[in-house]
Amino acid sequence: MTTTTYALTDSWTMTRRELARWGRQPVAVVVNLVFPVMLLLMFGYLVGGGRGVSGEYLDFLVPGMLALTMAFGLEGTMVAVTQDLNKGVIDRFRSMPMANGAVLVGRSAADMLQSALGLAVLLAVAAALGWRAQGGPAGFLGAVGLLLLFRFAMLWIGIHLALVAGKPELVQAVQILVWPVGFLSNAFAAPGSMPDWLGTVVQWNPLSQTATAVRDLFGGPGGEPGHVWAAVVWPLALLAVFFPLAVRRFARLSR
Amino acid sequence: MSDAAITVEEARKTYRGGSGGPALDGLDLTVARGTVHGVLGPNGAGKTTLVRILATLLRPDAGRIEVAGHDVVREAYAVRLRIGLLGQHAALDEELGGRQNLELFGRLHHLGARRARARAGELLERFELSGTGHKAVKQYSGGMRRRLDLAASLITEPEVLFLDEPTTGLDPRGRAEVWESVRSLVGGGTTVLLTTQYLEEADQLADRISLVDAGRVVADGTADELKAAIGGDRIDVVLRDAGQLGTAVALLPVPKDAITVDTDRRLLSAPVTDRMAALAGVVRALEEAGVEAEDIALRRPTLDEVFLRLTGHDDRAKEAA
Repeated sequence: MTTTTYALTDSWTMTRRELARWGRQPVAVVVNLVFPVMLLLMFGYLVGGGRGVSGEYLDFLVPGMLALTMAFGLEGTMVAVTQDLNKGVIDRFRSMPMANGAVLVGRSAADMLQSALGLAVLLAVAAALGWRAQGGPAGFLGAVGLLLLFRFAMLWIGIHLALVAGKPELVQAVQILVWPVGFLSNAFAAPGSMPDWLGTVVQWNPLSQTATAVRDLFGGPGGEPGHVWAAVVWPLALLAVFFPLAVRRFARLSR
Repeated sequence: MSDAAITVEEARKTYRGGSGGPALDGLDLTVARGTVHGVLGPNGAGKTTLVRILATLLRPDAGRIEVAGHDVVREAYAVRLRIGLLGQHAALDEELGGRQNLELFGRLHHLGARRARARAGELLERFELSGTGHKAVKQYSGGMRRRLDLAASLITEPEVLFLDEPTTGLDPRGRAEVWESVRSLVGGGTTVLLTTQYLEEADQLADRISLVDAGRVVADGTADELKAAIGGDRIDVVLRDAGQLGTAVALLPVPKDAITVDTDRRLLSAPVTDRMAALAGVVRALEEAGVEAEDIALRRPTLDEVFLRLTGHDDRAKEAA
């Protein structure tokens, strides 16, 4: 077999390893899927209900929650990579004649699968609440594509942070920090309703770029036509920085 | 191809950002094919660094290092095809079952699905884990985990197997299980490099032993050669009265400069060559001088004493400083 074939089969084996882990921890998988649903319900009914704009707020909130869920995925990736690094199993992988990148490729494939599943569950619950995408099939697929692209960027930031920090204590710090970073976005409220300085920060948040573009593609309130490019460029820019950094860090485990 | 399964010449490694000196400071080592070689040394001697370099996990700063005829830096892939590694920490996926782990590693060794499954079954049987193959590894006992870890490092019947402190943290039963497994490997032609902090373990398992301290080999040979070099057994005498320690030192029929004195424990310790003659001589001398002993015992030298003898510094004193 050629090197390329090995790279593919090894990556697939590592992806299957993650899927086998899901089978071993079904409760953890369900909790992961239910958590964003809980957030959606909480904000939809508590915050949205209080405002008395629940129908329209739901149209604003759903894309925000989808984007926020993708951003929070960073934390899950970081936890998983940190655990591997601290368990010694990574030493076995690295001492075996397997394709170098398969550990990271397997990780990203499994995390992307989990996120796609998370998106599907969240969209199904939103639909059950009466939310509808109004941008047509092309808009719908485009929106899902942008969300997954954003998740992919978050994934590589997560891998990089885990390789840099490498310690469970620092995972906790990141777990806490994703909250303010996630909430300093337009996921729940339009930046127009905020003080100027805060509005500016919020608008620059990559999460906001994706949420705004997705709102546009779903045909809901808070969308800006022509914002799609920002939701493509931001994640790609993050990937351009963090993908090579993470790969380099991984190769440098042998230093 | 040479007869050496492992060749290490002038290996050097200093960790960047590390506080101490070099982890390996010009280490030399040759291990003949089909033998078990023990690398014995205290914590921080460089044992794990050596194993990690040999297993291609860590790059050396300098030196010529070959495993199974291939350079560990330039031909890392070729080395990885021929080695097995049992590290200090279980290198297993704790969430997965024992069988799932072995199949995973088999597939990553490119055995293919069917052979990976068959090999996992064989190894579970051989290490008496068949009954628990479905259980998650995190539910395994320490000894079982170690056996599964060893099974995982034998997936492809490696030419060279590295065991880094394979029994550290195990209870006596777990230790016996691992020793038994290692013995069963020998004779199959596998070359084993074993690191340990325990003199007894090296003595039990290894054909030859290298004593490592501060990143260098300070002595090597068979267990018997090393024991002869360090003076064999020791005699310990505990006195009733610490005030008589000086008198007792003068009385003992052994070389004065080899006697160590621990005032707090009222203890004298000295190397002996002829066990029974030394014991009788000490008892007689003390009795004649009216020095009362609380305890007199013959024993094997501890690792600390071996190192004190061979390196001229006391490892425990170093740690306390």
